[in-house]
Formats: sequence, C-alpha cells, structure tokens
Amino acid sequence: MQRIVIDPVSRIEGHAKISIHLNEKGEVSEARFHVAEFRGFERFCVGRPFWEMAGLSARICGICPVSHLMASAKAGDQIMAVRIPPAANKLRRLMNLGQILQSHALSFFHLSAPDFLLGWDSDPAKRNVFGLIAANPELARAGIRLRQFGQEIIEHLGGKKIHPAWAVPGGVRVGLSVASREHLQGWLPEARTTTFQALELFKSYLDNHPEEIDNFGNFLSLFMGLVTPDGLWEHHDGVLRFVDSNGRVVADGIEASRYQEVIGESVETWSYLKSPYYKPFGYPRGMYRVGPLARLNICTRIGVPLADKELIEFRQRAGGIAISSFYYHYARLIEMVAALEFIEQLLADPDMHSDRLRAEAGINQLEGVGVSEAPRGTLFHHYQVDKDGMLQKVNLIIATGQNNLPMHRTVTQIAQRYIKGTTIPEGMLNRVEAGIRAFDPCLSCSTHAYGQMPLKIQLFNAEGTLVDEVSRS
Amino acid sequence: MNSITLTIDGKLISAPGDQTILEAARENDIHIPTLCNLEGISAVGACRVCLVEVSGSNRLAPSCLTKVAEGMQVQTATDRLREYRKMIVELLFAERNHICSVCVANGNCELQDLAVTVGMDHVRYEYQYPSCSVDVTHKEFGVDHNRCILCTRCVRVCDEVEGAHTWDVSGRGMQSRVITDLNQPWGTATSCTSCGKCVQACPTGALFRQGSTVAEMKKDRELLDFLMTAREKKQWIG
Repeated sequence: MQRIVIDPVSRIEGHAKISIHLNEKGEVSEARFHVAEFRGFERFCVGRPFWEMAGLSARICGICPVSHLMASAKAGDQIMAVRIPPAANKLRRLMNLGQILQSHALSFFHLSAPDFLLGWDSDPAKRNVFGLIAANPELARAGIRLRQFGQEIIEHLGGKKIHPAWAVPGGVRVGLSVASREHLQGWLPEARTTTFQALELFKSYLDNHPEEIDNFGNFLSLFMGLVTPDGLWEHHDGVLRFVDSNGRVVADGIEASRYQEVIGESVETWSYLKSPYYKPFGYPRGMYRVGPLARLNICTRIGVPLADKELIEFRQRAGGIAISSFYYHYARLIEMVAALEFIEQLLADPDMHSDRLRAEAGINQLEGVGVSEAPRGTLFHHYQVDKDGMLQKVNLIIATGQNNLPMHRTVTQIAQRYIKGTTIPEGMLNRVEAGIRAFDPCLSCSTHAYGQMPLKIQLFNAEGTLVDEVSRS
Repeated sequence: MNSITLTIDGKLISAPGDQTILEAARENDIHIPTLCNLEGISAVGACRVCLVEVSGSNRLAPSCLTKVAEGMQVQTATDRLREYRKMIVELLFAERNHICSVCVANGNCELQDLAVTVGMDHVRYEYQYPSCSVDVTHKEFGVDHNRCILCTRCVRVCDEVEGAHTWDVSGRGMQSRVITDLNQPWGTATSCTSCGKCVQACPTGALFRQGSTVAEMKKDRELLDFLMTAREKKQWIG
C-alpha cells in the first residue's frame, strides 16, 4: 500500500494535511483530512468569569472573531436570562453580516478564485492571490476592497477589524455613529457591483465545468443550519432545521439550547477535529453539512429580492437541493448578495444610533447556549457556570467540525476520480485540496476537544512496515 | 522644616528636608516612573521601578522612600537605571499570567503603560505560568491573581484610607498572594465594606468590577484623589 501526503494543505485557514492511501493496483482506497493543530479553548477557559468569554473566545480566530463574539455573547445573555435591547440585536446582526461578507470575499477572491481563473494545473507558484493580481488586477482589487467593506463594518462598530470585544453579555457596547453609517452607505453600490461581477463570473465557470460539479464532493447528506421560525434564511437568531438531500425536512424548529438532542460528537484517532453527526441517524450515517450550501438548501427563501432571485436560479441549476460541495462557492456568492441587501436595510434603521444597548443582570441561570451562523456554518457556544459566574464547562461546536465528515467524503471522491497510479501531477493534488477549500474550513477555530484526545502512534521501520502501534482512546 | 539643596539629573533644586527624592523630583517636573506608589497612601518600595542613583553610593535607592539630603546628587535616568527598570517590568510580566489582549484593564493599565514607557518589546525571562485563582464571590468585585503584581496598593488603601484592613498579603516569594480577611473568599470577608477603593487603586486588572469585559475596567483615580485630598485637609471634620 502506498501513501501520498499533501502537507500542508494550502490556501485554507489553519494547518492540515491530507493523506491518500493507494491499494496494490495503485487506486485510491481512502483519503483522510487530518487537522494537525490544536487550540484547546474548551479546557483553558474553564475557571474564567463568563462575561470575559466573548472577548476571550473572539481570540480563537482572526478571520471569524465576530462569529465567536456573537455566539459567546448570546450564551452570556442566557446566563443572565435577559432579552437584549432590540437595537443591540440589530447592531449585532449588522456586524455578523459584515463578518459573513468579509469572510466570504476572502474565501472567494483570495483563496479559491486563483483555481477558477488561473486553472487547476497552472503554475502553483503563481496560483494564489498575487497571481490573480497579476492576471486580473481590476477583479483582484475589487475583491480585496469588498472584503475591506465587510471589515470596515466590523471596525466602525467594534473599534477594530479583528477581535473587537464589542458584543457583550446583555447587548453591545456602542452603536453606530452617523458618520460611520454614511460612510458605509456610500460604499454599498461598489460592493454590490463587485459581488454581482463575481457571481456572473462564477456562473459562467459553472456552465463550462460540469466535471467539478459531478466530482467535488457530490454525495447525499443532511444539511443543517438556522432558519427563522417561518423557514427563511437566518444568520443570527432563529431555530435549527435539518433537511435531507431530497429536500425533506428531517427536524425543524429546534431551539439552539436543545442542540444536544440532535447533535452527537464523535472523535477519530487521526485528527484533532471532532466529527459531529445527527444523533437520530447515528455515526457516521448522520453526516450533515453546514455553511452557505446548507443555509441555502434548508431555507424556503432568503427574504430579500435580489438574493431570492439568485436562489431560484441556484435551485434550477442544482436541480433542487444542491448536493455537490462545489456549489459552496456559488452559495457563498449568493449569501454575499443577501448580506449586502440586509446591510442596506439595517443601515437605514434609526435604531443604529440608539443608546439603549445593554441589559444588565447578574447570574440568573447556570447554563447558556449561544448559537450563531458563522460564515462557515452554525456555531455553538455552550457554557455551564457556578453561582458566581465562573465557567465550569465549555463546549464549542464549530462550523468546520460539522463539515469534517463531508470533507473526508469530498477528498476521497476527488482522489478516486483524479489520482491513478504512482505518478501524480501536482494539478491533481491541487484538485484534492480544492475539495477542502470549497468548504472554506477554519481549523484554528475548530480544534478544542475537551478532555483526553484519542491518539494513535504508529511506528514504521525503514522498509515502511508497521512494527508497533499504541492507541489511547 | 529647613530647605535643603540637591541636584537631580544635574538640576539644582531646593526641597523641604522631609521630602523624598520622588516628591522633590515631581515638584520640579522631573519624571521618575513608579508603579506601587500611590499619592495619599504610605510608600513601601515594593516594585523598585523608581530606583535612582545617588552619588557616593553604589546601591540603587528607591526614590519613593529615600529622603532628600543636603548636597545630594541624584541621577534618575542613566543607562543602568533604564536597563534595570526594563528588567523589573519584564520580571513582573514573567511572574504571573498577564495577557493584555483579553484583560479587563487593557488600555487602562499602569503595568501596560509602564512596559511601553520603559521600552519593553519582549520578555527575556522564562514565563512562570503559575496556577492562580480568580475569586468572584464578592457581589460587586472580583480579584484575578493572574494579573496581580503584589504592589499592595489595595492593602494600603483599605487599611489607611478606608480603615477596614480587609486586604493583606499571605505566603512568600512565588506563593505570595493578596488575601481578604483570614485568607477566605472575598464574598465572606466580613470586614469588607464594599467601598471599592482597592479596585480603584489597583494598577492592573487584578481587581475589577464584575461584568467588565475586555478593556472595560477603567480605574477612577479621581475618586481616590478626591477622598485623599479631603482626608488630608480634614474637609469633612466640622
């Protein structure tokens, strides 16, 4: 048996490797996606006061600090047992949309577009954002500026682009100034133009590349995410919904605080990433996907006109529920359209300038679950505190973790399609990596397993024969 | 008190004979960095940041405790002092778990400001990562020993201004901790009047108001100045 290792996987957020196992005939028997870094926030946040958690957990990630900030603040709201001021809720929604927009722009323009625009088999030294700048400076610049727009929404609210400790248990610290609102409103038309430009570009790419749709993680699974109580697209509040690949609603209206009834967590010996699954279906059959693709698959509609129009076309192209993971890119672009429409609505709301922004209360419940849609999917923060508010237990279910099983399936499918025999062109390996990129994983966010990690150590001799193996589980 | 003359950093100054070098320097706009010192309460020379050189002595003297003397020649900012001050601040950072980025006092912290002032760009000493507790049993305030530098401002302000003496120090060396009453949870310390002066006096985020999130713990020094001035001038004694 031969093993090919792609280490590190490039143009993703975090450190990971892929190992591809070949059988005697040189065919791919299995491919594995290993997350090689470990963060451990679930453990070392125990013993801190819960009100610090929003700022602490925002430090998990420089790409999506806002997502953790929101989920954490919402878990804090529950521990205080308060309903936050309506203006604070709207402001949190605005920042979360800014986060989704900037992260999606990063994923598309900086990380994945080089594959589409320069080609899978192009020179790997140039197949990156710098190569994109050289080949298409206008598009690259517009993409970078689109991300900047999302970042500036975050900055104008939270004081800085990365790690703003702005959302707090009970609400938010400050509202939006009039000058900031005008500045952001003035930027909206350009942001929309860029988004539609990218969307049209990607649609024409889809027209000419059916092979990627067929082979990049094209399989049946469940999809999970938040929807509004009446089934519309949601990113901040709402309830959980599971939909299968036929569009059948498997579970609906589940309050976030009941997530443990539907989500189980499994661990594998070869990755730091937990593998959540839909509990009633068991492991691994309960595999589900989260993120942009899932959010578009589970909602009845988005609730804003331009994005809804795109959603109709999306469903026509996919033939109903989109099961190919390659459609993640497409879904991401449609969510950017939606985010811009919602941002426009929120910026016009007088509550943006409210000064009633923070509910104050002590510790009124000893447990809280906060849920929010991060760019990559549904994010859960679950805290248990003692009577003084000291954290006793922290459980984080990260979007990327929930896509763990689907990412395995995706890399295996791509490897089986493109890798044959022992001489493998680099472009083929790039396709395997691109399978991961479609999910836009954020690994630094996602490796926090609490307790003792299962671990497997294998010892090989010079001939490559396994001579010893130690397992801890 | 007779006036005496001395030179600080080459500047000839006169000062009352009972003044400390630090007081005389401040009156003459000569800046000596301090940390444990707080106007209105006694000086203890705990932090050693205000060390100065006095001609004729090879020992460095804490300017907050050393009285001025006739003909004294003081240097406050030699290369040797600058280096030692930087070392002292680095040692403070290495001793406990100071994580500015997620601290309630980020941006409002005297230790952080001092690190900037002395030009600390990294810590040359091995971090000790001690296991320190957080006590939030008090109904309004909390103490996080990870951020305590043992300056004892809380101990002094509680004893000398509030008159409660809830705070004290237990243990030695690395095991030293500020404690409330007989080393019991703050919430059960019956001598505490919940006045909050300790929280306002604390130079770091070690003492904080509950519910404070990152960078939200701004210390109200004006309140302490007001109380101490009123006390000194006996404004409330009729």
